[in-house]
Amino acid sequence: MARLSLHKVSKRYGALTVVDSLDLALEEGEFVSLLGPSGCGKTTTLRMLAGFVDPDAGSIALDGQVISAPGSVLPPERRGMSMIFQSYAIWPNMTVAENVAFGLKLRKLSAEETRRRVGEILEVVQMGALAGRYPSELSGGQQQRVALARAIVVKPRVLLLDEPLSNLDANLREEMRFEIRRLHDEFRITTVYVTHDQAEAMATSDRIAVMNAGRIEQVDAPHLLYTRPRTRFVAGFIGRTNLIEAELRDNTVGFDGVAVPADALGAQPSQGAQPSDAHRAVLISIRPQSVMLHRAPPAVANGSVVVPGRISQRVFLGESWDYVVSGEATGLKLRAAAPASDVHEVGTQVWMAVDPRHMVIVD
Amino acid sequence: MTSSASEAAASAVAATALPRRVPWHTRLARIEPASLVWLLLALVLLLLVAAPLGKLFLVSFEERGTGAFTLANYAAAYGRQRYLDALFNSLRLGLTSATIAVVLAVPMAWAVSRTDMPGKGLTWAAVLGAFVLPPYLGAVGWILLAGPNSGFINVAWRSLTGATAPLFNVYSFNGLAMVIALTAFPLVFIFVKSALDLVSSEMEDAANILGAGTWTTMRKVSLPLVWPAIIGGFIIVFLESIALFGTPAIIGIPARINVVTTQLWQFFEYPVRVEVAAAYAMPLLLITVAMIGVQKLLLARKGFVSQTGKGGERRPIKLGPFRWVMFAWCAGVGLLAVGLPLSVLLQASFAKAWGRGLAFDNLTLRNYRLLIFEHEMAMTSIWNTVWFSAVAATAAVAIALLVAYIVTRRLVPMGDVLGFMAMAPFVIPGIVMAIGFYAAYAGPPLSLYGTALLIILAFTARFLPIAYANAGAAIRAVHPEMEEAARILGSGRLRAISVITAPLVKKALLGGWLLVFIVASRELSAAIFLVGPRTRTMSVLLYDLSEAGNFEVLAAFGGLLLLVTMVFVVIGMKLVGRDFMLRRT
Repeated sequence: MARLSLHKVSKRYGALTVVDSLDLALEEGEFVSLLGPSGCGKTTTLRMLAGFVDPDAGSIALDGQVISAPGSVLPPERRGMSMIFQSYAIWPNMTVAENVAFGLKLRKLSAEETRRRVGEILEVVQMGALAGRYPSELSGGQQQRVALARAIVVKPRVLLLDEPLSNLDANLREEMRFEIRRLHDEFRITTVYVTHDQAEAMATSDRIAVMNAGRIEQVDAPHLLYTRPRTRFVAGFIGRTNLIEAELRDNTVGFDGVAVPADALGAQPSQGAQPSDAHRAVLISIRPQSVMLHRAPPAVANGSVVVPGRISQRVFLGESWDYVVSGEATGLKLRAAAPASDVHEVGTQVWMAVDPRHMVIVD
Repeated sequence: MTSSASEAAASAVAATALPRRVPWHTRLARIEPASLVWLLLALVLLLLVAAPLGKLFLVSFEERGTGAFTLANYAAAYGRQRYLDALFNSLRLGLTSATIAVVLAVPMAWAVSRTDMPGKGLTWAAVLGAFVLPPYLGAVGWILLAGPNSGFINVAWRSLTGATAPLFNVYSFNGLAMVIALTAFPLVFIFVKSALDLVSSEMEDAANILGAGTWTTMRKVSLPLVWPAIIGGFIIVFLESIALFGTPAIIGIPARINVVTTQLWQFFEYPVRVEVAAAYAMPLLLITVAMIGVQKLLLARKGFVSQTGKGGERRPIKLGPFRWVMFAWCAGVGLLAVGLPLSVLLQASFAKAWGRGLAFDNLTLRNYRLLIFEHEMAMTSIWNTVWFSAVAATAAVAIALLVAYIVTRRLVPMGDVLGFMAMAPFVIPGIVMAIGFYAAYAGPPLSLYGTALLIILAFTARFLPIAYANAGAAIRAVHPEMEEAARILGSGRLRAISVITAPLVKKALLGGWLLVFIVASRELSAAIFLVGPRTRTMSVLLYDLSEAGNFEVLAAFGGLLLLVTMVFVVIGMKLVGRDFMLRRT
C-alpha cells in the first residue's frame, strides 16, 4: 500500500483552477519531486498535503486513510508530518537547540531523550557546535541545516520541502542538494520536494512529477524524463530539445524528406489502436546532444538518419559548442551540441547524423 | 515508527477515514475558535465605533425630550450668522495652518533626508519635541511669548525700537494659525521625509548628468517625486487644525475668533444642546471623510518611486556653505516650535510673576508645591490621566491585535469588516466622537456621564486606528510560515500563537501601547466633553487653569504633564527604539 496517495485532488481559487484532478502515489521511503514552472500548482499541492489548504475535490490518503477531503481536513498538527519552508521559518526567539527540540517536546519525550536526539541530529547536519546560537547569528546555509534537523528529528511519516534552496546562493545550493539526498539515504523518510529547479530535482529524487498548469504531465525517474519525455512540455522543460513537426503514416515517421520506420524510434507512438492507414501530425523531440556533426558523409551510418546541412549560427559555451545547422534544400533547422574541440566555421557544410533511438514522439 | 506520537496521529487519522461519515460534532470541533472571537470582536467594535456614530446621526434629527423626527436642530445649527462664520473661520484656519506647516516642514525633511546638513540629530530632537509637546501647552507658551502687552517678544521689540504697536500679536487669526502650524508641522515632516528616504540617488544623478544643478534637481525631480506625500501631509494638518479644540479655545476665545470646535463647546454649556451640537458637527465629519478619501487616492497613485519602495543607493547631496542656511532654518523652526515656548513655560513655572523674567528673587517652588500638596484636583487628575490612558491603551492594543491577526491570516470570510471598523475612527475627529459617545452613553439607559468608563471607552475607540496600524504591521512582519512550522510539528493554532507569534510581536506591541498611552494622556478635545467633577484629566484641568488666567500655576502644571509624558517617551525609546513615535502609520 502506498504511504501517501492523492486521488483526483483539485483546488480552485475563484474561477482559476490551480490544481486540476491530480493523481499521485508515493511508496514508503520514496523521494518524489514536484517540478514545474512557477504557478503550476506545485506549492498548493504541497500545502494540501500538509493540511494548510483544503482540497475542493478528491482526497489525500496517508497509509490508506483519508486525511484530506472537501469539508473534512485533518489539521496539520495531527498528521505526523514535518515540513521545510521556503523562508526556513526558524523561530528567531529560540536557540538552535530549542528550535530542534520543539517537536520532540510536543511529543512528550523525556528531557533526557529530547536532549540526546537533538544532539544526535545536530551532529548529523554538522551543527553540533552551534546548538546555543540564535538564528540571527547563523548564515543562510546554517539556518537551512537547522530547518532540516528540526524536521527530521521527529521522524515524520512524510517530509515536505517547499523550495527549500531557493534563498541560497548557487554554491550552497549545490552543496545542500547533496546534503538533502544524503539525509534521505540515511533516514529513508518518505519525502515530497517542491522545486522549479530541474537540477535540484534530478540530484535529489527517486522520481519526478513534472507539473504544468495544475496537472501532472509525467512521473518518471529523472533519466527517463530526459530520454523519454512523453509530452511536448516535458521535452521542452527538462533540458533543451529540438521539436520537429513530422507526419506519421503507414507506421513510418516522415519529416523534411526523411523517413524513419516508427518501430525504430526510441518511444513508440503512444495512442495505440490507430488504424494503420491513418496519417496524422506528430512532434518529434531530438536532444541537441543526439545530433552528431560530421565533416564528410559518415561511412558507416549504423542505422542513423543522415542529413546534409550548413552551420548557420554558433555559440561557444565553454564546455561545448552550440551550433544551429540548417538542412540543405529543406527547411529543417536543428540545434546540435558538440565538444569544445569540434570547431566548425559558420557557413561550412556538415552532415548531421541522428540515431532514431534518440528520437521520441511527444504528445 | 514506534513513538507514541505516531500512534496518536494514526488514531487521529483513523477517526477521519471516510470523510462522508464524519459526524457533525467532529466537524463542529474542527471549527476555528477564530469564528467565535470574530463575533465577540464585532460586538465590541459595534459598541465602540458604530453605536456612537449612529447615535450622533440619529440625535441630530431628534427633538429634545420626545425623540420625534425634526429638522429643527439643523435649522438652529446653521441659522445664525455667528455659527456660519465659525465654519468659515475653521476652513480658513485649516488652510492657513496647513500651508505654514508645509512651508516649515518640507525644507527640513529634504535637508534631513537628502543632504549633508549638520545637526540632523538636533533637528530630529526638535521634531520629536514638537510632536510630544501638547498643542495647548505650545499655545500657552506662545501667549507668554507674544501676548500683545506683556509677551516677551513684544516687550523686547518695544524697548528696542520704541514702537508702541506689538511686533506679533498671538491673539489674532495669523497668530492662531502660526501656533497651530508650529505644533502640527511634524506630521508633514514625517510624511515627506519617509517618502524622500525612498528616492534613489540615481534619480538625482540622472538629472545632474543631464545638466541640472542641485536646486533645479530638487525642484524638478526630488520634490515632485514626493508630491503625494506633501499633499498628504497638508491634508492631515488641515484636518488636525479644524478638529483641534485646545489652541483655538486658549487663543481664539480671548481673541474673539470663533471656530467650529469652540462653537461646539458652547453648545455644551448649560443648558446642553447635544442635538444641535450633533447637527453642527456633521460638516466636520463629512470634510474629514472626504479629505481622507482624497488622500488615499493620491497616495494610491502609481508611478511614484516613493510608493514602490524600490531603493537603490542613497548618498547625501553636498550643499557646501549653503548647508548652514538649511541648518539655520531647521534650528529656527525648532526654536519657535519647542525651544522658546518650553523655555518661557519653564521660567514661568518657577517664577513668582512670569513677566519679571529670569531673576534670582523671582524664583520660587510655590507653584509646584501648590499643585502637588494643596490643589484639590491636580494630583487626582494626574492619577486619572495615567490610569485612564493605561487601560485604554491596553484595551485598544488587545482589540487591535485580535482584529489584525484575524484579518491578516484571513481566518474568517468577513474579516475585512472588522479591519474596516477598527480603522474607521481615523476619519472621525476626536471632538465629533466625543459628542457621539455623549449622545450614546451619557444618558439613560447606561448613564455613564462622569464615569471613568465613558472616558476610557472613548479613548479606546479614538486611538484604536493607531493600535491597529501598529498591530497589523507587527503581525504582517511575522511570516505565516513561522506558525505553520510549529503546526506541522504537532502544535495547535493557539499554542503556536502563544509560543511563536506572541514573543515575536511583543516589542512592536509595546511600542503601539506606549504610543496610544502618550497620545491619550494629552488628549483634550475628546476628554473635555466627557469628564465629570471627579474624572478630570490633566489636559482638562490644564484648560480649566488657563481660563483662570494664573499663568505661573498653569505653567507648572504643564511642566508636570510634560514630565509624565516624557517618562513614557523615554521608556519607549529605551525599549522600542528612538523613532518609535515618528514612524509613519
